Amino acid sequence: MPINPNAKLVENVLEKTKLEQAPTRKGYGEGLLAAGEANEKVVALCADLTESTQMHLFAKKFPQRFIEVGVAEQNLATVAAGLANYGKIPFISSYAMFSPGRNWEQIRTTICYNEVPVKIAGSHAGVSVGPDGATHQAIEDIAIMRPIANMTVINPCDANEAKKATMAAVGVDGPVYLRFAREKTPMFTTADTPFEIGKAEVIWDADGKLDAAIIACGPLVHNALLAAADLEKEGLKVRVINNHTIKPIDEKTLIETAKDAGAVVTVEEHQVQGGMGSAVAEVLAKKYPVPIEFVGVQNRFGESGTPDELIEHFGMGVSHIKEAVKKVLKRKTQ
Amino acid sequence: MPHLHEDKIKFLEEKANIIRQSLIEELVEAGSGHTAGPLGMADVFTAFYFHILNHDPKNPFWEERDRLILSNGHICPIRYAAMAHAGYFPVKELKTLRKLGTRLQGHPHRTALPGVETTSGPLGSGLGQASGYAYGAKMDGRKFKVYCFMSDGEQDAGNTWESAMFAGKYKLNNLIGLIDRNNIQIDGMTEDIMPLEPLRDKYESFGWHVLEINGHDFEEIVNAVEEAKAIYEKPTVIISHNIPGKGIKEIEFDYKWHGIPPNKEQAAKFLAELRTLGGKIKSEHE
Repeated sequence: MPINPNAKLVENVLEKTKLEQAPTRKGYGEGLLAAGEANEKVVALCADLTESTQMHLFAKKFPQRFIEVGVAEQNLATVAAGLANYGKIPFISSYAMFSPGRNWEQIRTTICYNEVPVKIAGSHAGVSVGPDGATHQAIEDIAIMRPIANMTVINPCDANEAKKATMAAVGVDGPVYLRFAREKTPMFTTADTPFEIGKAEVIWDADGKLDAAIIACGPLVHNALLAAADLEKEGLKVRVINNHTIKPIDEKTLIETAKDAGAVVTVEEHQVQGGMGSAVAEVLAKKYPVPIEFVGVQNRFGESGTPDELIEHFGMGVSHIKEAVKKVLKRKTQ
Repeated sequence: MPHLHEDKIKFLEEKANIIRQSLIEELVEAGSGHTAGPLGMADVFTAFYFHILNHDPKNPFWEERDRLILSNGHICPIRYAAMAHAGYFPVKELKTLRKLGTRLQGHPHRTALPGVETTSGPLGSGLGQASGYAYGAKMDGRKFKVYCFMSDGEQDAGNTWESAMFAGKYKLNNLIGLIDRNNIQIDGMTEDIMPLEPLRDKYESFGWHVLEINGHDFEEIVNAVEEAKAIYEKPTVIISHNIPGKGIKEIEFDYKWHGIPPNKEQAAKFLAELRTLGGKIKSEHE
């Protein structure tokens, strides 16, 4: 099987129903607790969503380092900026729709331009938030965080990676945006799976000449794997990249992959405008242009439904990724 | 309250006058920027940099220094002028204000100029930063004070009140706010644009101790800060009643001077007015 052995994924990675499931926000909560244990400068601030952003683990262990600011996301950002300016390493959590959705300017000016190391955790990102509907489904957050200078942007693929990303964010000397999902998703990486901020991971690599590459981020990376396995059976050879760090983006791996595959499909639970796919396109358009298809939300708002229904409804299911691969293949010149 | 020695008051008055002159020179050279607000805060900044602050201009990162956070970043030219005269950087550097490559950005930037403490400009986000700073310092039992200067116009902003509520909840007694109550903002008088009164009652109801002063009386400025330091159970805000454009008759009380600099002719006239103390002395060189 073309699974990259160096990725050290779980066994039976393609048997979705047999995999353990957990929301990426849970990995965040565990990572934050571990970060707090490792570094006493770490403090946590929440805006009236402590348990649903999974900050309760930290709050219980370190009540003196946990700060509740109420439903006030602009203040969440500015107070954290002040704490970081003083010398703390603050993590701020809310739903991505509200932070960084509501407090964008404060994040830009008082955190990024001010060059203070606040870590912004946006939970409940994507349409898979489910029944709460479009008001609570952040699908523009990558696009608004990505262009701010000094910012790092990470969208982990499962709870294990979320924990690693959270702990690694402490080591970044600057602001970091961490994007998490509400719903349980398959845990397909392990404690041994490599994770390095800014380093995209090849997790599936077919033998022989590649037909296309699938570059994905967030829990949809697993859908990309399932699509790759199906395509393999149909005789199509692809590479799947877990592109967890959207900024700084791993140009080297992306360019190599474009050269090897000649066609790319990007997959993200986000608007296709300005998201991870756009970031990939910016690199490839300049350094190695190849046809690209973008799987994601196509300039629409979300709506109520179950998470699985919504992923299908908005065109981000396994079948949609496969269709996109076939579509991009038709555009390949050679 | 102890009285400031007369010599000290005279010293501060003379400093404030020189700082106002530097401000006018700075603004005319820059060709853009704000005039009325900075002039109105000249006495407060002088009192802080030359009497109140526990600081060391030659060692701007000294850990025990008091932190002065300027929320309404647009009045930074007066802060720059006060800092230069206090010895943070050469006075001649004031001429670089707003020019490419300068450390004196149009709105202050923390990492550009040691001593400005934070980046600010977009209104309403300074009190939150000061509150976070004060919260962190309290966690660690630090002794320094965090001062936050705000405009009255930015009391329109929701973020300001989120922060006021926060500082009240956590009883940040190491935080002392100061509002430049000059009654003007870009579009006109504050009470026409969006009424702020009763401002004292608002802060009191948010859990703050409130003091009101004449922001051009050095004794009142200094005494208010001394009283604020003695308030142990809550944060204090000093509503400083200031005359926008103070020191130059033509500018005083005129909101049109909020966001523009003087031209060269005006600057010459204004500098003469300052140097002759408003005509009290005949020659600029007396």
